[in-house]
Amino acid sequence: MARVRFTPHLVRFFPDLCECEVDAASVRDAVQELDRRFRGLAAYLVDERGALRKHVVIFVDERALIDRETLADPLGPASTMYVFQALSGG
Amino acid sequence: MRGDTLLLGTRKGLLIYERKGSDWRLARVAHSGTPVAYAAVDPRNGAMWACLDHGHWGQKLSRSRDRGATWEELAAPRYPDGSEISDGFPVPGTERPRKPATLRYLWVFQEGGRDEPGRVYLGTEPGGLFVSNDDGASFELVRGLWDHPSRLVAWSGGGRDHPGIHSIVVDPRDSRHVLVAISSAGVFETRDGGATWHPRNLGTTVDYSPTPDVEVGQDVHCLVACPAAPDRLWQQNHFGIWRSDDGAANWIKVSQPEGPARFGFPIAVDERDPRTAWVVPAKSDQDRAAFGERLTVCRTTDAGATWTPLRAGFPDEPTFDIVYRHALDLAGSRLALGSTTGNVYWSDDRGDSWRALSHHLPPVYSVRFA
Repeated sequence: MARVRFTPHLVRFFPDLCECEVDAASVRDAVQELDRRFRGLAAYLVDERGALRKHVVIFVDERALIDRETLADPLGPASTMYVFQALSGG
Repeated sequence: MRGDTLLLGTRKGLLIYERKGSDWRLARVAHSGTPVAYAAVDPRNGAMWACLDHGHWGQKLSRSRDRGATWEELAAPRYPDGSEISDGFPVPGTERPRKPATLRYLWVFQEGGRDEPGRVYLGTEPGGLFVSNDDGASFELVRGLWDHPSRLVAWSGGGRDHPGIHSIVVDPRDSRHVLVAISSAGVFETRDGGATWHPRNLGTTVDYSPTPDVEVGQDVHCLVACPAAPDRLWQQNHFGIWRSDDGAANWIKVSQPEGPARFGFPIAVDERDPRTAWVVPAKSDQDRAAFGERLTVCRTTDAGATWTPLRAGFPDEPTFDIVYRHALDLAGSRLALGSTTGNVYWSDDRGDSWRALSHHLPPVYSVRFA
């Protein structure tokens, strides 16, 4: 089970959002699972094609997401996925 | 009564002011910290709508049924899978690169006709008009306009990176008759509820183009119709001010060649008198500041034959305010405007005199009475 941590910015829109574990093999799977738990969350992170929004950043452990288009980066059982707003934009 | 509530869509949230006696009071701040591209009340049911432009999290649509106390997020419209736009500026004889269409901006909300409960429209970038027939529970792209053969070859960005629909005019006599204005493509009309669309730009010119009188590719900034005489339309355009006397079939240029009533973004028309309109002049497209470095409103009462500059109450010192296309509104004899410098002014006498509501607000994107 990968662990997911979020920027506190998102708690404003999803008050129940908290660090959690997901059973997912990729970042894409994790976002889909998170959207089931926190309805509507995916639309905050990705556009209607599923690509990561321009000013959103996801890290897997210490590495920034490589595949921003389809979020295919793998997650392992010991991975930690971080969801942040980028320092650009805003 | 309409005109006693003022909605300001700003870079830092939605500010809701209420009229108290002879002044205004800030009643509520909603969506604090979030840019609000546009906010308005649907007069058919009192619902308040806000188009949010989150810097990080995308475009969101929000609605309140209790005058802004609580809000619900609605699913933002989605461009259908496979939708494409052309990138860059159109060059005759060349094909522009294409890229997927994704929602960039919710630019304007417009309720449908009185006989169409539940119908609302959204004008968006990159060029999609969306319609809902269930009061926002779901939206669909208006294919008749999206599939217009001119879109991929002649529409381009202007005020924004991609084509954007910023003005939607529903004919009060016939709700199936709708006009939209697109930056940069021009005015389009449907008479069958959105199934088929036709450009209506005869007489306007795009002066920076080698073909200034192109049927599609005109740079309209704002389109309004007189509610009491909907065939009288007005547009503030990149290259001047035009009016139409025949429902947009033909356009007549009525701006002052040397200004001040020439370049700008918003335009408002009187609710009963189709000869009376207001604009907020800027210098030029190269120098986007208040005309003559003095905030000025120009009013015509003779269908654009003459324009009167109105400055009573505005600062008698250099000002650089720009008023965006949705940041001027009218309710009876009352007007209000807001600028990107954070100044908001109002008038109770049709613009003859103005008073400041505040000089300390965030950049203002939209001003709408409710």
